[in-house]
Amino acid sequence: MPDPLPPVEKPAPVAAGFSLLTGAKRWLVVGIALALLASYFSGTFNRYYLGIGIDVGIAIILAVSLNLINGHTGQFSLGHAGFMAVGGYFAAWLSLQMGVNAKVMFPLSLLAGGLFAAVVGLVVGVPSLRLRGDYLAIVTLGFGEIIRVIAQNTEAVGAASGLKGIPKFTNLGWTFGLAAVTIYAITALVNSTYGRGFLAVHDDEIAAESSGIGTTRYKVTAFVTGAFFAGIAGGLYAHHKQFLAPTGFDWLKSVEIVVMVILGGMGRTVGVIAAAILLTVMPELLRDFAEYRMIVYALLIIFLMLVRPGGLFSINFKRRSAA
Amino acid sequence: MSTPLLELDKVTIKFGGLTAVCDFTMNIREGELVGLIGPNGAGKTTAFNMITGVYQPTSGSICFAGLCTAGVKPSKLAGRGIARTFQNIRLFRSLSVIDNIRVAKQLHNRQGYLSSLWRGKAWKRSEAEIEKDAIELLEIFDLAKVRDEMATSLPYGDQRRLEIVRALATRPKLLLLDEPAAGMNPSEKDDLMRLIRSIKERFGLAVLLVEHDMKVVMGICERIAVLEYGRKIAEGTPKEIQCDPKVIEAYLGAAAV
Repeated sequence: MPDPLPPVEKPAPVAAGFSLLTGAKRWLVVGIALALLASYFSGTFNRYYLGIGIDVGIAIILAVSLNLINGHTGQFSLGHAGFMAVGGYFAAWLSLQMGVNAKVMFPLSLLAGGLFAAVVGLVVGVPSLRLRGDYLAIVTLGFGEIIRVIAQNTEAVGAASGLKGIPKFTNLGWTFGLAAVTIYAITALVNSTYGRGFLAVHDDEIAAESSGIGTTRYKVTAFVTGAFFAGIAGGLYAHHKQFLAPTGFDWLKSVEIVVMVILGGMGRTVGVIAAAILLTVMPELLRDFAEYRMIVYALLIIFLMLVRPGGLFSINFKRRSAA
Repeated sequence: MSTPLLELDKVTIKFGGLTAVCDFTMNIREGELVGLIGPNGAGKTTAFNMITGVYQPTSGSICFAGLCTAGVKPSKLAGRGIARTFQNIRLFRSLSVIDNIRVAKQLHNRQGYLSSLWRGKAWKRSEAEIEKDAIELLEIFDLAKVRDEMATSLPYGDQRRLEIVRALATRPKLLLLDEPAAGMNPSEKDDLMRLIRSIKERFGLAVLLVEHDMKVVMGICERIAVLEYGRKIAEGTPKEIQCDPKVIEAYLGAAAV
């Protein structure tokens, strides 16, 4: 290795690598354009499949955003359905309050739902992210239940009988446009010098601290970001189903999202998206077995941990190149 | 030099009934290479953890560059200029070699959350700069050619060096090395000694070195402090330490004196 740097030659591949990364923004535009295009033609689609399509988009937002917390940052949260509920109820309530203007204000309602969920995420995250592993899982699980119970007892959002008559504003364009935004945001974050800190926290908190990464701050940031997108997903969900029931946001819903993240291979965005699609479409295909879904999930996780600990969709590059 | 870079004043830490370090007083001046030695369990790593803010001393005070470090988080102390390596290597295993360095570079990076999302011109420029700096730093340590490998796939000696590079990437004023020669063979140890000396000169650092290998410690340290059962039993130049009966007793037993 020669000691003096060859300054002209070396930085060149760096620049090339980074122009590829900035291409991510181009993908965002392409994603949104495709979503809008699909939305334009959605009138010709079968309504049942259209509904499942939107379910898939919402699941992608939920899974990718939870992946930032559970996968990239390595903090085991079981409260994602809680944040979804916060965003969903708030956005739906706003829409119902606004009446005629609701359709125009829909994006703002979604944003408000997301921001409200983010604020709740901050309030929950600051004290609980000092805990590790199992403790954090239990606290977030408890939080999710608290949200559900609050929704169940608040007359303003329909209490136990649920919030009815939410206008149907969610379409393919909004769902997949926002899914594209979510995927872009999480990937862009993680693939930056700043965002490498999330992975550092995941790998080794003590080493991260001593390298100047404020671990608590990173954890809270991941938590709040995840909560924000979960809130947005909740808003989309509310204006898609047109009805919100507190029971729809119980801990099983959180588990479902966690399963998507584990199945996709913690921290692998493409895998997580694939898992979100699979786990949303599969129950529809196996309607008759829907009641056994949780058993299937549990078996799936045990099986995965034994056979493919890296996630169902992780590709073992090393083994491939060796073969 | 008037005020020392690092001042430990009667630092004591207790874990329950166990006093791991007791009344430890020591100064390190800028640009000095100081060794900290002692038998196993003497409290060397505990002293490191107190200096870097991982543990808070039960009593006594630690000042770095004139500022007290009580209650300051390790990440903030890293920002003030204290960097360290670990006895058991702690690299980020899901990150590549260069990303391990980039994480440490974030400390001096002005681009945060929002600019990483927006990816504007300033962000691109700073990312390219960080990449260039990181490669330059890796090149000094002959690690640039493996920059895209996973950090934990490197051979042991390279992982040790990478940890030093990561510490240097935070632009420290004081570098704490916790047994950098552990598990190295004699020729690797020679290389390491040269390396430590050269980084001290090149980056103008003060270095505090915990090491069991006496050849390394005696070979490069300007001053050595000896801990036994958490107490400092001697401090002086390598020559003085080698002849100190207390030190010989601590290391070799009373019979050797």
